[in-house]
Amino acid sequence: MSFQTSKQNDVVVVDVDGQLIVGNRQELKQKVLDELEAGERKFLIDFANTGYIDSSGLGVLVSLSKKIREKSGELRLANLNEDLRTLFELTKLDTLFNIADSREEALSGF
Amino acid sequence: MLTESSGTDPIPIATNRGGSRQRDSRSATDRAEFALLLPSDLRLVEVAVGYLIGRFRCHAFSGSRLTLNLRVSIAEALANAMLYGNRHDPGKYVRVYVTIDDLHASVTVADEGGGFDPETVPDPTRPENLHRTGGRGIFLMRQLMDEVEFSARGNAVRFVLRREAPHPRRSAGQ
Repeated sequence: MSFQTSKQNDVVVVDVDGQLIVGNRQELKQKVLDELEAGERKFLIDFANTGYIDSSGLGVLVSLSKKIREKSGELRLANLNEDLRTLFELTKLDTLFNIADSREEALSGF
Repeated sequence: MLTESSGTDPIPIATNRGGSRQRDSRSATDRAEFALLLPSDLRLVEVAVGYLIGRFRCHAFSGSRLTLNLRVSIAEALANAMLYGNRHDPGKYVRVYVTIDDLHASVTVADEGGGFDPETVPDPTRPENLHRTGGRGIFLMRQLMDEVEFSARGNAVRFVLRREAPHPRRSAGQ
């Protein structure tokens, strides 16, 4: 499992490969916070290759969203599979995040 | 690392649960009962989840009931036991007791901690709690399982998924 970071125009895109769980959540958090500290303000986390997010992973996304907003930035999510979308709906976090069906859709609206 | 062990489930199966009286008449191939012993090492959560999901798949659990309902509940229970129950103490263990039959999957996760009162866990979907970074694990278990119960001390949780019920349940109002 890993986090791949790339830049598309002025958006930092993070691909989550595998899982976002209690064992690796800090790695994602640090990657995004480093970019935020470096001056980046637009972030997209793409879950196209993600099988599972646990409640710790959800918590890190909430935390990052808050920190990015505090710097007047924006965090978007894309490509949640059916199970992941259900997790967001059950926890009502779908009301907290901007969630796009595809990377293109998320990028076009930034 | 991850050890199959013997032991007694600290939360006995309720006698009034539907179908429990029929269990003795079923063939041995319908049933599986086993226990795991895990040290409190968060890296083992995914190993144990993967192993257990494989066992459930062999007993004809599939689709989102396997990849969402069972997976999420097992992972959350194990992480809670290691993080909050045993407080990362590598000398303390988490015990997992599994029963599978043709009506149910039942999993008990017990830690060596002092326990807690599950009724004090706030609803993470309330507007005032939505921005909290924690507190969603037990809520998810309750949403995704048919039964969730805690031991009196609060250091063991047992959850049950019936095969026939449609899942996942949506929260009220959805």
